[in-house]
Amino acid sequence: MFKRISALVLVGVTTLAMAGCSGSGGSGGSSDGKIVMGFAQVGAESGWRTANTKSVQESAKSAGVELKFSDAQQKQENQIKAIRSYIQQKVDVIAFSPVVESGWDTVLNEARNAKIPVILTDRAVDSQDKSLYKTFLGSDFVEEGKKAGQWLVDQYKDGTDQVNIVQLEGTTGSAPANDRKAGFEQVVSADPRFKVVASQTGDFTRAKGKEVMEAFLKANPKIDVLYAHNDDMALGAIEAIEGAGKVPGKDIKIISVDAVHDGMQALADGKISFIVECSPLLGPQLMDLAKKVVKGEQVPDRVVTEETTFTQEQAKDALPGRKY
Amino acid sequence: MTAPAPAPASVPASVSPGRRLLGHRLFWPAVILVALLMINPVFTDGFFKVELKDGHLYGSLIDIVRFGAPLILVALGMTLVIATRGIDLSVGSVVAISGALACLRISDLGDQNSAGGVLAAAGVALALSVALGAWNGLLVAGVGVQPIIATLILMVAGRGLAQLITDGQIITVNSAPYKLIGGGYWLTLPFGIVIVLAVLALTAFLTRRLALGLLIESVGGNAEASRLAGIGARGVILTVYTFCALCAGIAGLMISSNVSSADGNNAGLWIELDAILAVVIGGTPLSGGRFSLGGTVLGALIIQTLTTTIYSIGVPPETTLLFKALVVTVVCLVQSPAFRAKVFHRRRRPAGASPVAEEKVRVSA
Repeated sequence: MFKRISALVLVGVTTLAMAGCSGSGGSGGSSDGKIVMGFAQVGAESGWRTANTKSVQESAKSAGVELKFSDAQQKQENQIKAIRSYIQQKVDVIAFSPVVESGWDTVLNEARNAKIPVILTDRAVDSQDKSLYKTFLGSDFVEEGKKAGQWLVDQYKDGTDQVNIVQLEGTTGSAPANDRKAGFEQVVSADPRFKVVASQTGDFTRAKGKEVMEAFLKANPKIDVLYAHNDDMALGAIEAIEGAGKVPGKDIKIISVDAVHDGMQALADGKISFIVECSPLLGPQLMDLAKKVVKGEQVPDRVVTEETTFTQEQAKDALPGRKY
Repeated sequence: MTAPAPAPASVPASVSPGRRLLGHRLFWPAVILVALLMINPVFTDGFFKVELKDGHLYGSLIDIVRFGAPLILVALGMTLVIATRGIDLSVGSVVAISGALACLRISDLGDQNSAGGVLAAAGVALALSVALGAWNGLLVAGVGVQPIIATLILMVAGRGLAQLITDGQIITVNSAPYKLIGGGYWLTLPFGIVIVLAVLALTAFLTRRLALGLLIESVGGNAEASRLAGIGARGVILTVYTFCALCAGIAGLMISSNVSSADGNNAGLWIELDAILAVVIGGTPLSGGRFSLGGTVLGALIIQTLTTTIYSIGVPPETTLLFKALVVTVVCLVQSPAFRAKVFHRRRRPAGASPVAEEKVRVSA
């Protein structure tokens, strides 16, 4: 019984592999004028990442780029293997989201020797030698924090009362948490009326967001604004605020970052006041950059993902077309 | 800072009720809990105020029991496992799986508010939890794998399974009956704490009124001797692991119900460590052979109080872990009879017959 099953599985795997071969048959170089891109993804660890993968695959199809895709399952060694195999297949351009920041110099050197340009997406590497890759395409977390702060400043531009802010930070030490906090503080610290009365980590999760907000509500009788580093924590906090008999979005204004589907829904429902987008949909920009790089055109070393912000009205319009 | 100043030595030895109170296993955990609670009013006005809001109780103390409820449940199951000299690292994964499966089933319902559908979803999730617990029990009792390794398998694989169920996404549900389990209220009381009280009463009855508790302690003391004495050691071990997973499954329903969503990545992350800590603070030794259900409940409440205290008094996030570690160290030392004997009874003859006898005393829950 067990043997028969494993034989079946083996047959299945072989067929798949052959199908894969025939699909990409005759590739390696752009013989038919089509650009071939090797993309090494981190994994599928979150909804954000899944949307990111889908965006790259779909925009490759519509841009006429042949995509070779690999999933590293959050392991650097898998990613290095994938990049080496792309080099052997002589693809035109390699793009990848590094699992970790360090340890890329050797394999990036190999790519350079093979004259294959490399584009980083979403996450950076810490190599001293900036010529190892052409460009880095991704979000600017400090900018996201600044946008959040700017909205707040605009909201309270007429008024003299103190504005009490509580902050739900992301995972302590992570780049998005550090940068979103720093960007926000840069903007609001210019005006002494804005006071961050409490700030704690909610680990980017709904459960922690709710738990921390419950404690904030009891320790601080007067809270005007909540700034959450992602939508999930804001969604948890909304439940805590409702449990305390207050109206989220009215009694306490809520600003958050990400614009995932549930967050946008809450924004459209008036529970969140403002969302700064952190978009995983960088596929179209990636394809543009890839075409330019392959043609040998100059590209900037840092390209920020096209991101917008959403008010409650904009959310109602945007919601039906959201992909994630 | 939480170390209570009055040394037991200051109590005259002749007063027997005082000595009995000091000697009670739950005395020190209770002192620690009260000490932790007393820090809060200094920083937060009206910390002890409990009011009626929207027809339910509302206040910091209510928060502590409400958010502490899942941990109490997981720790109860863990207590029995540890009493058999085992350990269960997989409870966090079971929490995630149970919540994920229940939310998935509910999100597929035509009417998410149908009580029958929610009950069925919860039933399926708990059935799977029981099956996972039985798997752990089989590995430990049947195959003879060391508990820490046997449950490590499910700890790692289980989180993958939870993500497979949720498809890597966060599943959001909008169901009033499901919301009741972990976030709702019943007769002004948080419903979660009602569930905890029910499970606690059942466990206390099974282990302290029936022979099960004695069998568990006997297996934990010496499994081979118990078997020779005619106790079905394997059956006992299988039972405690299954029970532990069931508790974790219920906790998983509570946690996901509280935020109306299932997060395969983060639900119940590291709860196994908090649960083990709660058990140890409560006075159940990791070497097995005896256990204290009341102590475990106090232990879990201490951990949740500590978390809430950190949020209320505004410890900066960068130093939260250090602060927690320091408090936990102090708590463990104060709770340890050996440490207290060293510090407070230095002049008495150490390691006489009495501390050993005290170790063997079984305290009913």
